Amino acid sequence: MDDLLFHNIDEPGLATIDTYEARGGYSELRRVLSDLTPDEVLTELQASAIRGRGGAGFPMGTKASFLPKGDMDKYLCCNADESEPGTFKDRELMQKNPHQLIEGMIISCFAAGINKAFIYIRGEYEQQADILDAAVNEAYIKGYLGENILGSGVNVSLVVHRGAGAYICGEETALLDSLEGKRGNPRLKPPFPANAGLFQGPTLINNVETLSNVSHIMRMGGAKYADLGTEKSTGTKLVSVSGCVQKPGNYEIELGVPSREIIYGLAGGPPAGRQIKAWFPGGSSAPVLTADELDLPYDFDSMAGAGSMLGSGAIIVIDDSISIVDVALRTAKFYKHESCGKCTPCREGTSWTVKMLQRVEDGLATPMDLDIIESVCDQIMGNCLCVLGDAMAMPVSSMVKKFRPEFEAHIESARAARMPLDEATLTDELDLKEMAAH
Amino acid sequence: MSEHQEAMRFEDAIPQLADVDVPAELKDWIEQRMAMYPDRKSAIIPCLMAAQKLHGWLSPEAVDQVAAVMRLTPARLVSVATFYDMFELEPSGRRTIYMCTNISCMLRGADAVMQELERAVGVTNGGVSDDGIFLRSFECLGACDIAPMASVDGQFVGPLTVDDAKQLVADIRAGGEVLPAKQLSKRPVAVTLWEGGGKVGAYDVSDSASGAA
Ligand SMILES: Cc1cc2nc3c(=O)[nH]c(=O)nc-3n(C[C@H](O)[C@H](O)[C@H](O)COP(=O)(O)O)c2cc1C
Ligand code: SF4
Ligand code: FES
Repeated sequence: MDDLLFHNIDEPGLATIDTYEARGGYSELRRVLSDLTPDEVLTELQASAIRGRGGAGFPMGTKASFLPKGDMDKYLCCNADESEPGTFKDRELMQKNPHQLIEGMIISCFAAGINKAFIYIRGEYEQQADILDAAVNEAYIKGYLGENILGSGVNVSLVVHRGAGAYICGEETALLDSLEGKRGNPRLKPPFPANAGLFQGPTLINNVETLSNVSHIMRMGGAKYADLGTEKSTGTKLVSVSGCVQKPGNYEIELGVPSREIIYGLAGGPPAGRQIKAWFPGGSSAPVLTADELDLPYDFDSMAGAGSMLGSGAIIVIDDSISIVDVALRTAKFYKHESCGKCTPCREGTSWTVKMLQRVEDGLATPMDLDIIESVCDQIMGNCLCVLGDAMAMPVSSMVKKFRPEFEAHIESARAARMPLDEATLTDELDLKEMAAH
Repeated sequence: MSEHQEAMRFEDAIPQLADVDVPAELKDWIEQRMAMYPDRKSAIIPCLMAAQKLHGWLSPEAVDQVAAVMRLTPARLVSVATFYDMFELEPSGRRTIYMCTNISCMLRGADAVMQELERAVGVTNGGVSDDGIFLRSFECLGACDIAPMASVDGQFVGPLTVDDAKQLVADIRAGGEVLPAKQLSKRPVAVTLWEGGGKVGAYDVSDSASGAA
């Protein structure tokens, strides 16, 4: 297949509107506005069966169809927060081909009757936000944005909004609060954003990659797009491969190719002489898989079937030179830092998991601590407002389950290395056990 | 409480424009930004960031300036700012290094690079050197393809070796471009090479290990 999103992505000047138009850019927007009704566009998006690329994998066309009809302010928020560790695909799309995203957004607005659009981009992506600002400006000048677009009577405004560093703002309702100028705490659902989202108005939220696909879906036709990939995971996917591979980077694949082909064929596999120990298939929130699972097809359902998830499409590879305890601790620390603190199981659970893993790391733990870690993780899952708590519990408990002998061996060797234990540490340890027992 | 009631009730806590000396360009910027949203409060985060850029950190003075133009209480602005990692509520440096120590960077040696940065800057994580370099470890910056990496005032550089860390700090001190050969904005995408089946990657690990650009 030809690549869609990454087609000649390094063409010089592609970030400018002239180059984008020279390769046919904005012709789908023109065609849509002059020849199609919003419902016809929605039908194509639904026929494409494209699933959201931001993590949850919900069908995009269906979500767009949830917005109520009628004459009121409606909002599109493009989620460009991209903070899931291991994920860097949206960065590439915005930096190299911003108009592909903007065109997709305008078409989506038309389909769902939306008049106000925002791109919420993480504050750390300063260069990408500058590029988007320039591109949005060009699109206004050309009349693709603003009032009465291309004489169609359609109005769409678009503002690039920069965040200021908080992973949780990628969660869609936290993103809305942040965009309203508040602390980024997730909201209770329902109401769902389709009914009461930004400024309490009907709101569609989609990831950068999802929206970047829209002009291609319209060009190909939904049914043709659905021929790509597998029956339930249609289309292509950008995969960010990082960690212990020889060629980390973003690769566009057809959904359903064997994972091995991505990790070894495209990313070159681990450095010579090393073996894959584990891999995160969908960002650091995804339960890890092992070397035995490398032949699984890379698509939403196969990853879910293996007890993990495709998530944001970020593969992080861990080879046999790395201690799994280090990986678990680093993962847990991240979610502890990013917990917004609203729910007790998430706030306390992430904090305790870090403490216990630190004890494992430092040789102060016993195998019983591993049981406690697993039980803490179990109690976080499903008991929080958003899934950030789960996002720590799932990968950490998967590591403890799948690599328990390595954790136990580490506990033994680190313990032996600190002998004899001094009294203060011992007392500390007893305190902790007692607290954990309550 | 309606917006109007709130404004009345806390009127006294909102600094008056007449009492606060707001630089003209900041005032214009904030006013334009507020006009971009259905509700001006949406502009809080971008406006605080603009003030921080101007003042180097969110000093009480910087917060008052935003508050006066936006007609909001400083308390509201600070309560928002404390939620976000990029706001500095303590005096900060004139140059900022965020060193990523999250998982993909850790897997490729970020901890050793961070240690070298601490040594070269002469501070520990979160510290500001006498000559104004602020160094802190950061979560995944969305550039794991160039891991281990850092952001220097928004410019992403990597993959970094321990030697690069020394050079990075030297470049900042010399006032020039920072590690020009390792800036992300100058790299091609790995996948271009995927087209046509030629599967060549972004870089070779052995390069980063040996310190070659
Ligand atoms: C803690 C958390 C962080 C998230 N971060 C992101 C993110 O950075 N980018 C993103 O597109 N979606 C993120 N999501 C998923 C969004 O909530 C939402 O499902 C998505 O933006 C919808 O777009 P899509 O349907 O196009 O995937 C996150 C979810 C959670 C729970
Ligand atoms: S699960 Fe964690 S991050 Fe999500 S709302 Fe609750 S405390 Fe906040
Ligand atoms: S882990 Fe360092 S940039 Fe992603």
